[in-house]
Amino acid sequence: MNLVDSTQVNSTLLSSETASSERTLYPYVTGTSVIGIKYKDGILMAADMGASYGSTLRYKSVERLKPVGKHSLLGASGEISDFQEILRYLDELILYDNMWDDGNSLGPKEVHNYLTRVMYNRRNKFNPLWNSLILGGIKNGQKYLGMVSMIGVHFEDNHVATGFGNHLARPILRDEWNENLSFEDGVKLLEKCMRVLLYRDRSAVNKIQIAKITEEGFTTYPPYALKTFWNFSAFENPTVGAEGSW
Amino acid sequence: MGTTIIGVTYNGGVVLGADSRTSTGMYIANRASDKITQLTDNVYVCRSGSAADSQIISDYVRYYLHQHTIQLGQPATVKVAANLVRLISYNNKNMLETGLIVGGWDKYEGGKIYGIPLGGTIIEQPFAIGGSGSSYLYGFFDQAWKEGMTKDEAEQLVVKAVSLAIARDGASGGVVRTVIINEEGVTRNFYTGDKLPLWHEELEPHNSLLDILNASVPEPMST
Repeated sequence: MNLVDSTQVNSTLLSSETASSERTLYPYVTGTSVIGIKYKDGILMAADMGASYGSTLRYKSVERLKPVGKHSLLGASGEISDFQEILRYLDELILYDNMWDDGNSLGPKEVHNYLTRVMYNRRNKFNPLWNSLILGGIKNGQKYLGMVSMIGVHFEDNHVATGFGNHLARPILRDEWNENLSFEDGVKLLEKCMRVLLYRDRSAVNKIQIAKITEEGFTTYPPYALKTFWNFSAFENPTVGAEGSW
Repeated sequence: MGTTIIGVTYNGGVVLGADSRTSTGMYIANRASDKITQLTDNVYVCRSGSAADSQIISDYVRYYLHQHTIQLGQPATVKVAANLVRLISYNNKNMLETGLIVGGWDKYEGGKIYGIPLGGTIIEQPFAIGGSGSSYLYGFFDQAWKEGMTKDEAEQLVVKAVSLAIARDGASGGVVRTVIINEEGVTRNFYTGDKLPLWHEELEPHNSLLDILNASVPEPMST
């Protein structure tokens, strides 16, 4: 039985299924790093709410962490329009899953696999969805946290990040993550990473969203800003004695 | 070195302002840089564009002005300093990529600002803006600039403007540095994020989400 039956629409402006093949060359509106960690009760994820248009910080209230079904949480960086398209695909996936009405529901492992296939197949057609995705969830007590890149590279781990998070956050997580993080400790750890990203990632915006997924379900916390520290004496007069330097 | 730099005249002197972010690609190499550089006791320059190019021009001009001051027997004028910067920028236009704002005070003309964009044009202006963040400030200055401001009004305007640019330009950020130059001398100031106003869609900073969740009284909503 053809489970996902996509009826072909005639080539119109609404679909990109035209005779000529297209390829995505570069992204336009992009989100920056997402960080995810496993903790005692499930998965915690953090991302800022910024979407840049080149070097302009154009949109500052974009939600980049979204629930998928009952058991999963998706965070995305990269092109926002592609992320929105992925949310549509997932919507359809969950809909069909619910239509079975068999008491079973797709868990994070299955959703991660679906996303991997989608991303890899698009990559093979030279028309990638320009995103790095983090998929986390918990089902029947089993925690799962994985990542998929725009070319279909995928893996799972206890802590994952996209973009700059890989370079700035993961080293902190490798040092300080442990199996039994409480919610409070998990949040503080994520905030430590997000603060470093604020200091050192040009496309970071100071408005952060934290979301978690536990056996009970998905919770997203209201957006907030982090305090940053600038009062080092070296910052106040950096060029004393070395005029012309930076 | 994406940047926001500003120079503004007021009745008695000039106020120079800049952000403090230096980036290599998307990485912030220095989050507390000093882009307002001294040329003489009474003339400073705001640097934007290539950090290397702007630094070497400042170094040369500082060297020439030092000799000029000895020969002249009195402080160099802002106009001379600006023209030296122009000469180097113009004669090496194919190799350099830097936009500069020269500002200072001298006893003949008082406070003066000279904008020296790419190519080496020199243009005396009541106020000048430069760097990648300046794109976001043209409309703001068209509306907010006025002749004959006081020292405090001028500094407030500069701090507000740099902070607005930082809010929208990814290449600008960090702290706002200002340098005020007048007959009395030179004053350097340093404004960190918590001392700057919050703009649209920006929120009050906190130490942690846990403080918000544990707060007994709910905070006022804001977008």
